[in-house]
Amino acid sequence: MSNRKRRELKENSCIKRLAEVSIIAMVLSLTGCSGPLSTLEPSGPHAQGVAWLWWGMFWFATIVLIGMTWLWWRAMRRDGTNTAPEDLQKKQNSWVLWGGIALPTGAITLLLAFGIPIGHRMLPLDTDGVMTIEIEARQWYWQVYYPDLDITLIDEIHIPVDTPVNFQISSQDVIHSFWVPRLGGKVDAIPGRTNQLRLQASETGSFQGQCAEYCGVAHTYMDFIVHAHSAEDYAAWQEQATDEPRIIDNSREQSE
Amino acid sequence: MTRHQQFEKIWGNLPGWGQLAAVNHTSIGRRFMLTGAVFFIIGGILAMLIRTQLALPAQEILNPNVYAQVFTMHGTVMMFLFAIPILEGMAIYMIPKLIGTRDLVFPRISSLGYFCYLFGGIIIMSSLVLGIAPDSGWFMYTPLSSSEFSPGPGSDFWLLGITFVEISAMAAGVEITVSILRTRAPGMTLSKMPIMAWYILAMALMIVFGFPPLILASIMLELERAAGMPFFEVAAGGDPILWQHLFWLFGHPEVYIIFLPAAGIISTIIPVFAGRPLVGYRWIVLAIILTGFISFGLWVHHMFTVGIPQLAQAFFSIASMMVAIPTAIQIFAWIATLWHGKVTYNLPMLWVFGFLIVFVCGGLTGVMLALVPFNWQAHDTHFVVAHLHYVLVGGMFFPLIAGLYYWLPQLSGRMPSETLGRWGFWLTFIGFNATFLLMHLTGLLGMPRRVYSYSGGLGWDWLNLLSSVGGFVMAAGVGMIILDVALHFKFGRKAPHNPWKADTLEWATGTPPTPYNFASIPRIETRHPLWDKPELADEMARGEHGLSDIDHGRREIYGTDAITGKLKEVIHLPTNSWWPMISAGFLAFVCISLLVRVYPVAIIFSVLAACSLLRWSWENGGHRVMAPLTQEEHERDEPPLHSRTCDGPGLWGMNITMLADAALYLSLLFGWLYLWTVSPNWVVPESSAISLPGLLLSGALLSIGTWLYRQNVKRLCGGDDSGLMGRLGLTALLAMAHLLVLLWVTVSADLAFTENSHDAVLLLMLMFQIFHSALVTVTTALQSWRVKYGYVSKLLPYEPVVLKPLWFFTTAIFWVSFATFLLLPMVWGGGV
Repeated sequence: MSNRKRRELKENSCIKRLAEVSIIAMVLSLTGCSGPLSTLEPSGPHAQGVAWLWWGMFWFATIVLIGMTWLWWRAMRRDGTNTAPEDLQKKQNSWVLWGGIALPTGAITLLLAFGIPIGHRMLPLDTDGVMTIEIEARQWYWQVYYPDLDITLIDEIHIPVDTPVNFQISSQDVIHSFWVPRLGGKVDAIPGRTNQLRLQASETGSFQGQCAEYCGVAHTYMDFIVHAHSAEDYAAWQEQATDEPRIIDNSREQSE
Repeated sequence: MTRHQQFEKIWGNLPGWGQLAAVNHTSIGRRFMLTGAVFFIIGGILAMLIRTQLALPAQEILNPNVYAQVFTMHGTVMMFLFAIPILEGMAIYMIPKLIGTRDLVFPRISSLGYFCYLFGGIIIMSSLVLGIAPDSGWFMYTPLSSSEFSPGPGSDFWLLGITFVEISAMAAGVEITVSILRTRAPGMTLSKMPIMAWYILAMALMIVFGFPPLILASIMLELERAAGMPFFEVAAGGDPILWQHLFWLFGHPEVYIIFLPAAGIISTIIPVFAGRPLVGYRWIVLAIILTGFISFGLWVHHMFTVGIPQLAQAFFSIASMMVAIPTAIQIFAWIATLWHGKVTYNLPMLWVFGFLIVFVCGGLTGVMLALVPFNWQAHDTHFVVAHLHYVLVGGMFFPLIAGLYYWLPQLSGRMPSETLGRWGFWLTFIGFNATFLLMHLTGLLGMPRRVYSYSGGLGWDWLNLLSSVGGFVMAAGVGMIILDVALHFKFGRKAPHNPWKADTLEWATGTPPTPYNFASIPRIETRHPLWDKPELADEMARGEHGLSDIDHGRREIYGTDAITGKLKEVIHLPTNSWWPMISAGFLAFVCISLLVRVYPVAIIFSVLAACSLLRWSWENGGHRVMAPLTQEEHERDEPPLHSRTCDGPGLWGMNITMLADAALYLSLLFGWLYLWTVSPNWVVPESSAISLPGLLLSGALLSIGTWLYRQNVKRLCGGDDSGLMGRLGLTALLAMAHLLVLLWVTVSADLAFTENSHDAVLLLMLMFQIFHSALVTVTTALQSWRVKYGYVSKLLPYEPVVLKPLWFFTTAIFWVSFATFLLLPMVWGGGV
């Protein structure tokens, strides 16, 4: 075998190895983004919108960061210029106007152009005919009340898939924050007021939720679960739940 | 005795224990920075505890209770006991040297500030040693921090301790502002100031406006906890969200209070190592001012998940992004300076480079977080933890270390080791990014802040492990820096004068600096005195410029015009004094007795503190230890001493203090109007509890008093001091009458201040007024008394002028309160 061939073979195997490694890295980085509480593995339109937003911002920011670092490095390694003071005035203005004003203004405009519509779609604007669930946070559990069905659950929520649901969230003691990362953003549960949150699941399954605002020693364990059912399953669950309410809670009556 | 020895004798500290009486800015600045470094190590150890606990899933090294104390104290120590004080210390140390003077304008205030910081810091740390540290997070959200859910003394340690420490911030804010504006070297116009002075001026003014909301909020929460005044309690008509507004009204400007001086270090270092003037000086000044203003308009971006109206969210979102513009202006001005210069690449510049990468990264995630929908996902997760560390470590710690290595030869006269320094940098830089770059992803994978543990299988395991390893690498880097700095004091080679060939005046002091900085004060005609006139340093040391006379035995500096830098007066500064330490000591005992809730003792110590502060103020102006009137004074070929003028630095100090006071008062008004309009259960009592005629009488007396006082000052400055003692006495009596009527109105008012928020705010407003009225009464009476001793006269008109703004302020808040607390609600409907 000639040397040339051997080298080619060697190069080929190198390229192969490189391809393998990069595929593994890609898979790893993709699986690295999934998880039961991952905002990057969305299962609802709201979380999906934010995940897209994140990846867009991530790549944009990466490019900006690399660009700035390169520029800075170049500037440090150059020999400098012998620009006369009067020319420098003009030069400094163009540095500041392009880099200092045009660049951030452009970036912000771009960001808002994408961000505002996505944020707008997440809002619970139309309330008519939207299913409502009342959430009351306490140290350290979530009380879930279905006004239509008159049933109360603890740390467990059932919703129909592909249906927007309004959560009305308040607190009985300190401030908590209601968050189901795979479905959408969070909203604080605050004593004395009721906050609205619109969530929607686009696939059936169970999604974990977690209190996000520090609320005392058991904050870590203040989690809950959202089950998204298909229409039939949800109807079946409703039937079963109203027939035999699993949790009859007295504290609710006491507090009202 | 040579002149330098004579200067040394007049300006030096007392030996031995007398060091505690030191007021010299170089000494005080060094103490601030050293103490800050100690607190940094403590905060760092707490951080290591956090990273140890989170390294692996389901660990129980710290129980949740201890963990809560650890993360609360980590944030509190790093923010309030490290970041702000060490930058204040740097400003205290640097400013007089940069602007060509010998000390700050109120040296005893520097000392008071230091002792308040030290004592307050020790009080706060004692809670950690006792295992009863605050544990509701460093922003102390109510109701978790209120007495119902935090019955122990932890929150009290935070509220009282931090408020006590903040005395030092306020003191530094006022003092540095006046020093920069009024004591620059003659000829140094605002536009010839070194760029660092602009940054520090902005920082000082932001402290003046930014800290009062937190001070007010802390006082309110402590009153709620200790006296049951329900400001934040929903059931009684209060609102916990008011705490968040007041906290972040301080908290966001605070980020820039930390960032601006650090950016100032960058703006100072880059031109020196690029060997050419900063490109875009005016653009940068504009950017500094813009940053200052914008930073007060974006506090709500910490509160996007509390259910604020959409329109407000949009406003604060855009405002938060706007702050990227002045920051980008500065960054591109720096790049342009490097681009057009020939760069010397060394240890300080390495840190500057690290700063750029880390800070730009933090800025970019900051813009992301300002976008409301993304914020709803990322808020309160480790993404935010990563972001804030990028901003604070990148925007403050990296520049600080760059500045440390840059000014170390100035401070010690020795050069640090380049090798150890590089190790320190790379370990810190790699460790930091390993810890926090990955933490963004941890947050996006759903890990909330402040959880003390987590179960495996959520995708967080390896991220947390790597973050913890990174944390310890960074700690090793920091250890390396500390080692380097500690060793250099002994083994560093002697630094030549001005080793970096810098342009600013701090390199014209001795290295290490003498307590008087400069043996003579030159006229400054340029922004780069040591570049344009390299022989200047030697001339100054030889005493060839102004104020080289020391035979009079006074500490003297120049007072100049705020804008033009025109020479106005000679300011004679007070010398070493025990009163600052004694006053701070009494205040510390007030703080401790409030903590253990022994109120009679607290009152005794408050009176003692007030007496010692007044005793301190007695040694001013024409007092025999200061600058008594003499014959030869008129023959002296110098501008007048400041106590002989009507526009001295004291008036400026009072005006700036009144700005801070106004910020405090406006925060109170904000609270009142906020509760009226937003609080869910706001209840207005049926009928007015306060006697309106009584209040009107009290206000009339105060207004007449103010008018009279103004006349007195006008006549005095016009050269007429006939019957001054009696007239000042009469004014004091009017103030006293006003105060007594006000006290009567307050005591006789039937305020249900423990039952509803409305009456609690009303009582707080009355207390605020009573405090000011009492201050006016006592200080005016003392002025009248000082006339008798000859400390106030037509030749010494200085002090009554200083008090004039206090009179105006007291009267103004009286009538504004009358209108907004009593009249406006009537118009609005409902009784008072």
